[in-house]
Amino acid sequence: MKTLMLGNEAVARGLFEAGCSFVSSYPGTPSTEITEYVATYKEVYAEWAPNEKVAMEAAFGACLAGKRSFCAMKHVGLNVAADPLFTIAYTGVNAGLVIGVADDAGMHSSQNEQDSRHYARASKIPMLEPSDSAEALSFTKLAYDISEEFDTPVFVKMCTRVAHSQSIVETAQRVEVSKTYEKAPQKYIMMPANAKLRHPVVEERTRRLTQWAETCHINRVEEGSDHSMGIITSSTSYQYVKEVFGDQYPVLKLGMIWPLPVEKIRDFSKSVEKLVIVEELDSFIETHCKELGISCVGKEKFSCIGELSQNLIAEKLGVSTMAGAKLDTAIPARPPVMCAGCPHRGLFYTLAKNHLTALGDIGCYTLGAVPPLAALDTTICMGASISSLHGFTKAGGGEEKKAVAVIGDSTFMHSGMTGLVNMAYNESNGTVIIVDNSITGMTGHQQNPTTGFNLKGDPCTKIDLESFCRAVGIRRVRVVDPYDLQQCDEAIKEETAAEEPSVIISRRPCALLKYVKHNKPIIADSNKCVGCKACMKIGCPAISIVDQKARIDNTLCTGCGVCAQLCKFGALQNAKED
Amino acid sequence: MKTQNIMIVGVGGQGSLLASKLLGRLLLQKGYDIKVSEVHGMSQRGGSVVTYVRFGDKVYSPVIDKGQADYIVSFELLEAARWTEYLKPDGKIVVNTQKISPMPVITGVAEYPQNLVEKMQSAGLKVDAFDALKLAEQAGSSKAVNIVLMGHLSRYFEFTEEEWLEAIEKSVPEKFLELNKTAFQLGRNG
Repeated sequence: MKTLMLGNEAVARGLFEAGCSFVSSYPGTPSTEITEYVATYKEVYAEWAPNEKVAMEAAFGACLAGKRSFCAMKHVGLNVAADPLFTIAYTGVNAGLVIGVADDAGMHSSQNEQDSRHYARASKIPMLEPSDSAEALSFTKLAYDISEEFDTPVFVKMCTRVAHSQSIVETAQRVEVSKTYEKAPQKYIMMPANAKLRHPVVEERTRRLTQWAETCHINRVEEGSDHSMGIITSSTSYQYVKEVFGDQYPVLKLGMIWPLPVEKIRDFSKSVEKLVIVEELDSFIETHCKELGISCVGKEKFSCIGELSQNLIAEKLGVSTMAGAKLDTAIPARPPVMCAGCPHRGLFYTLAKNHLTALGDIGCYTLGAVPPLAALDTTICMGASISSLHGFTKAGGGEEKKAVAVIGDSTFMHSGMTGLVNMAYNESNGTVIIVDNSITGMTGHQQNPTTGFNLKGDPCTKIDLESFCRAVGIRRVRVVDPYDLQQCDEAIKEETAAEEPSVIISRRPCALLKYVKHNKPIIADSNKCVGCKACMKIGCPAISIVDQKARIDNTLCTGCGVCAQLCKFGALQNAKED
Repeated sequence: MKTQNIMIVGVGGQGSLLASKLLGRLLLQKGYDIKVSEVHGMSQRGGSVVTYVRFGDKVYSPVIDKGQADYIVSFELLEAARWTEYLKPDGKIVVNTQKISPMPVITGVAEYPQNLVEKMQSAGLKVDAFDALKLAEQAGSSKAVNIVLMGHLSRYFEFTEEEWLEAIEKSVPEKFLELNKTAFQLGRNG
């Protein structure tokens, strides 16, 4: 049946059709929907793991047990899972194991622009790279065949434009695959004596995969009428190239990005006068060509920064483009903001007011760095807030007032908790604020170990954050309601003054959760408003100043009342509830 | 058929994903090759969002570049002005005249530009501006702005009303079906 599918949904469909029956992932844009969609198939067990390393190891265990398995992550998640990755490359698999990784060129929702293709080469694991939803589906199925035939994990590498674009796919029936587990210590126990035997196996596997790359149908030459130029490309870059040139120039479209073929590329280069490599982010195909001594043009034309597009490729290759009319008016930017009613707002206001050094983390609350709150000092990676706080305070940073770490509930479970263990164990003097909004927010509301629900929405074991923090040795643990500014202020002042590590849990569910009941909008009294703009310090999208008076947008306001606490003139009042 | 390009732009949270879903359904019914490109993640939090819908005999790129859009459907006035460079010389802007202030305007560091419809027109752009929010409220919910806009856009295409309504039926939950059908009609006629 022909149907329109998001690239990530098509990967999920491919998993289903390939007989995959175990999926473990940690959410991360642009990979999240793969796991959400696959969870809708009752034949597939799917879960959110606390982090990508756990997810990959779980998927390895499931493949060992004889079930085709899968884990998905965003590019930076692969860094977290890199430890098992490099060794399961040695052990190989029992049933097929496929790893989904999604890059975010252009950083639509990421902290860096790393190119995951380097991981394929570094870990010696083959990587397939679909260029649309139909390929996302078929390559996922093919990945399992490669995995089992060559005894290796296989990457399916997505990028934002493939993951988050819908295109037409043709669906098929599911096949069931099941193997039995047999002990094989020399294959699976990677102690030095065994690993030394496995490494040559990996090198031989790469040699065979390179041979396969020479003839496989997913590395294909598309003929062109004009041989003055030939283009090697893959992924979404292929689509841009075809958009600009159609069938004018020959194109070598690579579906497997590692290992790369040698003779196929050499033959293609000989068939054209000039060879151009069109690839997003780093020089990967180009480096391979240059190592082979094949002359080509790549990054000297196309930047390694940001996304490519059809116009960019056209202009660099001598085709003119024409933009539409640009208005002769300054158009103010519209950056993402914390939602009206966001429970993080009151907490960040309090941090800013107390002029604290606040080491941040990854999640919606990264928006606390944006003016007017501007309450964060750093954002690095998942969990870095707490570990960096430890180093910062040990090194004497924030002597006058203690520095704080700000981390979400899901991020704390992901990799914040080991940092907290370090603070307790090595006795540093900082305050960790867990902004617990009872959900993984930024990626679109995924459950996590602190919410009490699993991926399928069924009730499950709930990790109690207070008990957890106490159990690792933190004696000062308290909970505040971030809608209550006075309570927040007192807690932060007291805990940052204490001569020992402490944890404040700022707890209130995300205002966008369906079960969260909103209050009536705040009532703005223009007679009382003096236009002091104190309420504007919290950066709430529901408040604006019109004719020198505060005005509330009733369609956005959730009645959280944080602004009302800032108004000394009683101009902003909570409405009476029925 | 030459590929047709529709950009749907607005503010994160305004419901542009449903509009693109509806268009996708309709175009699939009609047997076109289609690509729809969406934005997820951080940009959805009240930021500027854009969705690209492309259809024709064979569609390659999932995105629309500058100078390529046949239609820009904007959920908000400022957002229409932001993307004018993406329009083809003979392209058309269908815009909801609703204004939503971005944070730099709210905090007073920037101003919301005045007379944007007139400015777009005097730049030589074809603009079809109307109050979709009012029609959505008339249909029963301010959230139906997306379907009102699709109703208005439908006037520029040769697809039949039945074809649009069939796509709506497949895209919205049953309890909101009547409301959305009304919203579509108001947009189509309004």
